[in-house]
Amino acid sequence: MITKQISIFIENRKGRLSEVIQTITSQNINIKAISIADTTNFGILRIIVDDPEAVAVQLKTINLAASLTSVLSVSIKNKPGAVGEVLKILADNNISVEYMYSSLAYSGDMGNIIVCVDKEAEGEALLKTAGYSD
Amino acid sequence: MENMWQKDIETMPRADLEALQLARLKKLVGYVYDNVPFYKKRLDEAGVTADKIKVLSDIQYIPFTTKADIRDTYPYGLFAQPLKKIVRIHASSGTTGKPTVVGYTKNDLDLWSDLVARLTMAAGASDDDIVQIAFGYGLFTGALGLHYGLEKIGATVVPTSSGNTEKQIMLMRDFGTTAIVSTPSYALYIAEVAKDMGIDPRKDLKVKLGLLGSEGCSLEMRAKIEQAWDLFATDNYGMSELIGPGVSGECTYRCGMHFAEDHFLPEIIDPDTGAVKNRGESGELVITTLTKEGFPLLRYRTKDVTSIDYEKCECGRTHARMAKPTGRSDDMLKIKGVNVFPSQIESVLISVPEVGGHYQIVLGTKNYMDTFEINIELLDGSLLTKYSELENLQHKIAFKLKTVLGLDAKINLCEPKSLERFAGKAKRVIDNRDK
Ligand SMILES: [Zn+2]
Repeated sequence: MITKQISIFIENRKGRLSEVIQTITSQNINIKAISIADTTNFGILRIIVDDPEAVAVQLKTINLAASLTSVLSVSIKNKPGAVGEVLKILADNNISVEYMYSSLAYSGDMGNIIVCVDKEAEGEALLKTAGYSD
Repeated sequence: MENMWQKDIETMPRADLEALQLARLKKLVGYVYDNVPFYKKRLDEAGVTADKIKVLSDIQYIPFTTKADIRDTYPYGLFAQPLKKIVRIHASSGTTGKPTVVGYTKNDLDLWSDLVARLTMAAGASDDDIVQIAFGYGLFTGALGLHYGLEKIGATVVPTSSGNTEKQIMLMRDFGTTAIVSTPSYALYIAEVAKDMGIDPRKDLKVKLGLLGSEGCSLEMRAKIEQAWDLFATDNYGMSELIGPGVSGECTYRCGMHFAEDHFLPEIIDPDTGAVKNRGESGELVITTLTKEGFPLLRYRTKDVTSIDYEKCECGRTHARMAKPTGRSDDMLKIKGVNVFPSQIESVLISVPEVGGHYQIVLGTKNYMDTFEINIELLDGSLLTKYSELENLQHKIAFKLKTVLGLDAKINLCEPKSLERFAGKAKRVIDNRDK
């Protein structure tokens, strides 16, 4: 459930996001989940990959500012209200969600969301008790 | 007392030193009057002759010489010796038009290497050192100036010149280089490249002394270089018109750069009125070369803004010390009507630990007003958890700049190692304003 997300700093200039993503994929890195939000000045690209520690090191060698953060990866049913249930469990237990995004990976009727919370260990325990898994 | 190249001269009592300066000044005025038509005309117009100089302060009656005078007499108009006696020519590239050309006689070259020997020894160099010269060789005076001075004190000189950084680092490690001569920005860049190659300059290299020069360097930038290399860095001052490096240099106490006052007579003037300032006051540095044969200069306006301290130094030297120039009146930027030296901006940026030492100052015009932006590189990914952390960093830098300069700047965070690197003088100001 707790997984490492890689955050990458992206300069705010035309075509830079596409360049960075091409650079990442050209290193044979498979992106399982992706999110980008930007302000007028810069963007932060967040990705979930296999072996995030190794990938983070690899990205630093090509001069990208990258860091690892612990987030929760949660499998949910592909049905109305599924995301709301997860968020409710967290909110009822006083765990703040900083941001969340959905994963590119799904199988059958199951999807997957990535949630960044302030207390990830507690959040993981609660969701596991409620029957959620990766 | 410290190691000195010419101890008798460097510790000479001030009264004797000033008597020597006066005698040399009189001789110089006669010498240029007889040998350079340009000076004869200027001195005649001002009514100054050698025998009218009774005390050192009488120098104020001699007209200034400017960079424009050197350009106007391009190439040889200010030479005081025929080319038959000139054995070396250097030139500094002008940003516009013709370069500034200077000539040296055999005696001038001897003098020059003595002056550089003095400054490198004052900085702590000795015949035990293996010195890599990473200044670009050529018409520029920096590399050859340091080269002959360091050979004179018996150091082992490795003339790598600038550029080819990976090879530079390989030689540094293989040769056991103990000292480096370079611009501050190149020293920082070499350390960066070394780290990328898996070489930690602090542990894997033996460089313990940095003779940095040819561009300004804030104290913060110097601390950063010292930290990256684990070395001791000193500053020195010179310009090709005057002789090259060797005009002044720091001793290990680093409390100002000692002039070679037996050969250069410094003054501080008000750049607007030309009036000589009181001792200790800040203003434009003006230098008279007392002994040069090939290319002597009377009261040369350096455009550098500094002050001079005449107190004897703890190192034992009696020669006056100039403060690190706060900037060149040439480099001074006028942004939104405010006078700003790039060095002030650098001091602020270097004091922020989350960003690196590489930056650009970008000026533009929008709605007939100046725009002022700073591009600066993030050091790493440590602030990527929340947007607000990066935004706070931008605000912190903008706030510090506002405090120091009174100006609002837009701070653009850039990816690590995305800004241009320089092997010579860094070009950090990009002025796109409508002229
Ligand atoms: Zn001293």
